[in-house]
Amino acid sequence: MRNAMRAWIAIAACCLLASPAVAQKKYDPGASDTEIRIGNIMPYSGPASAYGTIGKALAAYFNKVNAEGGINGRKIRFITYDDGYAPPKTVEQARRLVENDEVLLILNSLGTAHNTAIQKYMNARKVPQLFVATGATKFGDPKNFPWTMGWQPNYQSEGRIFAQYILKNHPDGKIGILFQNDDYGKDYVKGLKDGLAGKMMIVAELPFEASDPTVDSQMVSLKASGADIFYNVTTPKFAAQSIKKAAEIGWKPVHLLNSVSASVGAVMKPAGLENGKGVLTAVYGKDPTDPAWKDDAGMKEWVAFMDKYYPDGDKSSSFPVYGYSIARTMVQVLRQCGDDVTRENVMRQAANLKDFETGMALPGITINTSPTDFYPIEQMQMGRFNGESFVPFGPVLSGEVGGS
Amino acid sequence: MLQRSTETREVPVATIAGVAMPAWRLIMLGAGLVVLAAIPFVLKNFYIFQITLAIIYAIAILGLNLLTGFNGQFSLGHSAFYAIGAYTAAIMMENLGISYVWTIPVAAIVCFVFGFLFGLPALRLEGIYLALATFALAIAIPQVLKSSVLEHWTGGVQGIVIIKPDAPFGLPLSSDQWLYVFSVLVAIVMYVCATNLVASRTGRAMIAIRDHPVAASAMGINVSLYKSLTFGVSALYTGVAGALGAIAISFVAPDSFTFVLAVALFVGLVVGGVASIPGTLVGGLFVLFVPNIAESVSKGLAGAVYGVILLVVIYLMPTGAAGLVRLGISKLVKRR
Repeated sequence: MRNAMRAWIAIAACCLLASPAVAQKKYDPGASDTEIRIGNIMPYSGPASAYGTIGKALAAYFNKVNAEGGINGRKIRFITYDDGYAPPKTVEQARRLVENDEVLLILNSLGTAHNTAIQKYMNARKVPQLFVATGATKFGDPKNFPWTMGWQPNYQSEGRIFAQYILKNHPDGKIGILFQNDDYGKDYVKGLKDGLAGKMMIVAELPFEASDPTVDSQMVSLKASGADIFYNVTTPKFAAQSIKKAAEIGWKPVHLLNSVSASVGAVMKPAGLENGKGVLTAVYGKDPTDPAWKDDAGMKEWVAFMDKYYPDGDKSSSFPVYGYSIARTMVQVLRQCGDDVTRENVMRQAANLKDFETGMALPGITINTSPTDFYPIEQMQMGRFNGESFVPFGPVLSGEVGGS
Repeated sequence: MLQRSTETREVPVATIAGVAMPAWRLIMLGAGLVVLAAIPFVLKNFYIFQITLAIIYAIAILGLNLLTGFNGQFSLGHSAFYAIGAYTAAIMMENLGISYVWTIPVAAIVCFVFGFLFGLPALRLEGIYLALATFALAIAIPQVLKSSVLEHWTGGVQGIVIIKPDAPFGLPLSSDQWLYVFSVLVAIVMYVCATNLVASRTGRAMIAIRDHPVAASAMGINVSLYKSLTFGVSALYTGVAGALGAIAISFVAPDSFTFVLAVALFVGLVVGGVASIPGTLVGGLFVLFVPNIAESVSKGLAGAVYGVILLVVIYLMPTGAAGLVRLGISKLVKRR
């Protein structure tokens, strides 16, 4: 009798699962009729606490979403924790978010090592690790890590974009490379070489260690090598040194600076604004300090958002722009999910973004993903330093890495 | 015989609520073990993981306590030994494919050698000067781990991802539960050894050096040898904790072992109680949980809240948790 009953229940359950028409609303932990829980991990304290602004901007944007009624009627509960930029703490906080707070997904956790630390766990648990805040190329690997996706242009894409630019404008140049001897530096060099496809000559390729005091000797060697295109893959401190040194020794190559160091405050000012004139980089976002965007609709919307929901935020910093753009992409993914708010569908929709505009990316730069392309932004525009800011010029270039 | 019985009558046995102190000690120890044994079957995996980490920190703090509490030498560089232990485990497991069980003794030996060798030149330094020398070690280690010379082994900035071990012999435990059991077993061995060490002749020599190096040396204690050995043993403990930590987190990277970790261990030492072995457990819990509590109070001011909590704790328990317990016991005993 009891067994028969059980069998009937089992059959009924199977019918329910099998017929798509009956069960429209589908939820995983972290989602319900009224709420979607999103987790996030940021270094609010510690050596990288400046990045904490991104987390605050994300929270502010979700407040705006909730004030305007939520997404498909569901409010967002944004739970963000501090990891102090220490990977063991990132692991602890990720586990707290997934196992304790039962979030639907973790959004925009920051740092390359930090995301590496939780990548295996997130994929084993099948919880989306979406739009990670790092440009390392390895976070777009749907085959091995189908639950992890990047967002900003990855280092290899950027390298390819630089390659396109010099192939078109300086095809007879001789390239000298200065790069930091780690995964980040090698990613950039690989991107450039893949993009060049052996069509141009690299006359010097000089590494330096992140622990080195200066890159002065490398700069002298680069000049002596006869290179007239300088591919500068350095973090802000070394970028400032190299720009200054190039001016001191009177070396005036076509100077390609990686976007990691495309900062007026942290690089160009210490290097000397005059020395930095003409330096080229690759950009994808609108610079809030650039007066050219004053009347731009996207910029106006961002300023209005900042005024209303994040009035303490620094409007000259690029971090709130970044957080805002990430949050908008996230909202788009959740909108596309409709009433099927499961982790699987979140990944499916995140891998199904078509020409999405964040409003703060340069005109023509859109977000595109597919089940084999986990690199949302792969387009950039060249920018030139005019002594005050990096001004975008030329066409939007695409640096797609693998996938299609 | 007769003489002995009269002696016991003269010495009053300290009691609380009618139970003698040694019996109390056994009761507390038994209760502690019961709680430890119950944890993996009562709590969620996440909490088991957190308590595992707290126990691991406690072992590291115990190492620091042997050095600072019992031997009077300061160190702000124990994050370095923690890192060496962690990387030893990671490299053995991922590059050499050796079982995690063997990484513990190897990390112990490697860190003992490192600690002993570092202790030799550091002998010339006293007090705050030694603290400064070890501070330099803590600052240097993350950079050294990133250097390209070692990159082949350490994985450079990216670190090494470790595969979390499952429970052996088909035990019906999750990997978190098993790691907890494993860490507790290692911890019990380490704590028993430390208790015996401190109670032994060697331990008395260590304490004598702390209290009065000149007198210790006049008594025939080889001060420099004992100091170096203590440094080595201290590094050994911290290294074992590092290896366990690497396995529990299943990832190592240079940024995991910054000076902040060294300070955290030092804070744990002071909060738990200098020269107290059970106090290190309180220290481990403090290091892990108080930053989380501070964050839950206020996100923006987490650092300030943490500072206030620390100040209050030090103000209320100037000699650490162990001191507070001792004080409480002496009050209870007096009342009777």
